Amino acid sequence: MNKFTEDDLKKELETKEYEYGFYTDIEADKFPVGLSEEVVIAISKKKNEPDWMTKWRLEAFKVWSEMKEPDWANVNYEKPKFQDISYYSAPVQKKKLDSLDEVDPELLKTFEKLGISIDEQKRLSNVAVDIVIDSVSVATTFKKTLNERGIIFMPISEAIQEHPELVKKYLGTIVPTTDNFYAALNSAVFSDGSFCYIPKGVTCPMELSTYFRINEGGTGQFERTLVIADKGSYVSYLEGCTAPARDENQLHAAVVELIALDDAEIKYSTVQNWFPGNKEGKGGIYNFVTKRGLCEKNAKISWTQVETGSAVTWKYPSCILKGDNSVGEFYSIAVTNNFQQADTGTKMIHLGNNTRSTIISKGVSAGKSQNSYRGLVQISPRAKNARNFSQCDSLLMGDQCGAHTFPYIECKNNSAQIEHEATTSKIGEDQLFYCNQRGIDTEKAIALIVNGFSKEVLNKLPMEFAVEAQKLLEISLEGSVG
Amino acid sequence: MLEIKNLHAGIDDKNILNGINLSINAGEVHAIMGPNGSGKSTLSSVIAGNETYEVTEGDVLLDNKSLLELAPEERAHKGIFLSFQYPVEIPGVTTTNFIKTAINEKRKANGLEDLPAKDMLKLIREKSELLEMDRKFLSRSLNEGFSGGEKKRNEIFQMAMLEPKLAILDETDSGLDIDALKVVANGVNKLRSKDNAVVVITHYQRLLDYIVPDFVHVLHNGKIVKSGGKELALELEKKGYDWLK
Repeated sequence: MNKFTEDDLKKELETKEYEYGFYTDIEADKFPVGLSEEVVIAISKKKNEPDWMTKWRLEAFKVWSEMKEPDWANVNYEKPKFQDISYYSAPVQKKKLDSLDEVDPELLKTFEKLGISIDEQKRLSNVAVDIVIDSVSVATTFKKTLNERGIIFMPISEAIQEHPELVKKYLGTIVPTTDNFYAALNSAVFSDGSFCYIPKGVTCPMELSTYFRINEGGTGQFERTLVIADKGSYVSYLEGCTAPARDENQLHAAVVELIALDDAEIKYSTVQNWFPGNKEGKGGIYNFVTKRGLCEKNAKISWTQVETGSAVTWKYPSCILKGDNSVGEFYSIAVTNNFQQADTGTKMIHLGNNTRSTIISKGVSAGKSQNSYRGLVQISPRAKNARNFSQCDSLLMGDQCGAHTFPYIECKNNSAQIEHEATTSKIGEDQLFYCNQRGIDTEKAIALIVNGFSKEVLNKLPMEFAVEAQKLLEISLEGSVG
Repeated sequence: MLEIKNLHAGIDDKNILNGINLSINAGEVHAIMGPNGSGKSTLSSVIAGNETYEVTEGDVLLDNKSLLELAPEERAHKGIFLSFQYPVEIPGVTTTNFIKTAINEKRKANGLEDLPAKDMLKLIREKSELLEMDRKFLSRSLNEGFSGGEKKRNEIFQMAMLEPKLAILDETDSGLDIDALKVVANGVNKLRSKDNAVVVITHYQRLLDYIVPDFVHVLHNGKIVKSGGKELALELEKKGYDWLK
């Protein structure tokens, strides 16, 4: 009988028009674990979302409930127990600390290596900062500059309130709720994220990270990002924070959607260094991300990523080259050490004529880690003169790690030109000894060699990011040689 | 300055050096000659600290302190430099970046600040001119696609930059045409001073016409079987090694 009642309730919920008053208030800090329609509604309500948004989330939840977690990636991990997770993870209130003395000394060591200022160290590790006037005024200046050009850049939760027409028009159009298991989950429960709109013909005068870094120290578990570059506009967006993000959340499932309208260009750079787990492979983040961009006529989307963190990474920033003459680029460095596993790459979907794509993927594996490149180049029957160039290079350290390449090519138009190059190399004892003999110790030598190996990708990062990314590579590979 | 005492070393239980004794003073140039397989390159690797080789007996002292417990980079910081017979390639790392890193690591180990970029550039310009190096090599990946001669010239350039106390040139002449040989030798000669020493490992007399040694040693079966002045090299050129075996 019990079962009957539950089914009955489910049916009732599905057919019911949802109103805010429908469900009893659930206190934020007392949110039960597990995921149900009630929880989805409660999340939406917590955020004061309009009706259409709540419905959108519920549809996603329905789709998700009927989906199975994918297992085709070259990774092994214990599947998260989705009913054991608390889905209200918005502003995680970390304990405020009084001074840096209370912060994990290992964390501080890393900050120091990254060259992060004391003030920023405090901010990142949640220590109350005495002098905040500076950052506040800087943030305000940025805001003013952006406003003057009509650029909208705000948390997506605010955008849902303030610019519902834009969000409604584009949200879920590139990564539909039905796209995949994690995207559906994200759509149902996303906590927050960023929204960015660049008006017609406007070139965004700054890298959008600077602002981001000042305003948001931590990011949520289910992040949702939507970037729209209107006709003829340009934006460079930096995601991530180069400080060690020791988030204890096990599962991260973000969705990023990019829309580049006619003649627009979006450059999207990511540095990801979530907690990778310890040397024995315990703990660490599962990072299951769906990132995709759409290019209209003559538009260009360029993804650059430096992936050094997470225990398991599952991520394929992709480009749908819909418009004629549109361009997609993917530049990636993925570093795995200890027991990390990464299955990452891209999809380049060529739909328009004269569309071009470039893929440069660099994988560095150390310790007992496994690093896979998985990429799809698809040329549709009507895409004339499409071109793709792919290059996948793997660098191995030691004899217990693995590098794998899974390139898929589906070409249905015989005017296409597709090139694929791949290399696998190992850091040689002779290279290390040569560096040692010149006074460069092994750790530094590895960093030097890896940076050289990754140069083509590092060069694509905006300057300020590139320096930190280089240091990050160095830190990620520390202790990788016995 | 460098004292090698009864040095025995080998690889995988195979003895290669069987009791080498050699004393090198500041300001001197020593040539080590010998047939293939006599242990010349092993000797240079052991001095530089290559862990492929195991030292089973004896000692190597620099300024009266044993080097054997030191890592290769620590020996480099103390002023040991090895010009490799086969310099390695490091893709994506420019020669400039590499030598800059090497210099600053050495300075750091000796308690000095990084060399300011301006001074670094000046030094690079000065030393590359000394070796008549084409500037474009400096911005290319280290040794990648370099000819044999270019690689050797690059080794001596690095030596000039690092100003070592003891430089070991392991068959630096191989792969060099006569013009390049003169330039390289000329570079080495200009770097000689009363405070440093050079060990030249070679098969042939040819290089020694340009870098004139104070002492010549003949290595055979991992032992120094004969030592003499520069005229010994000429004698070897004429008579070969057989008469010494």
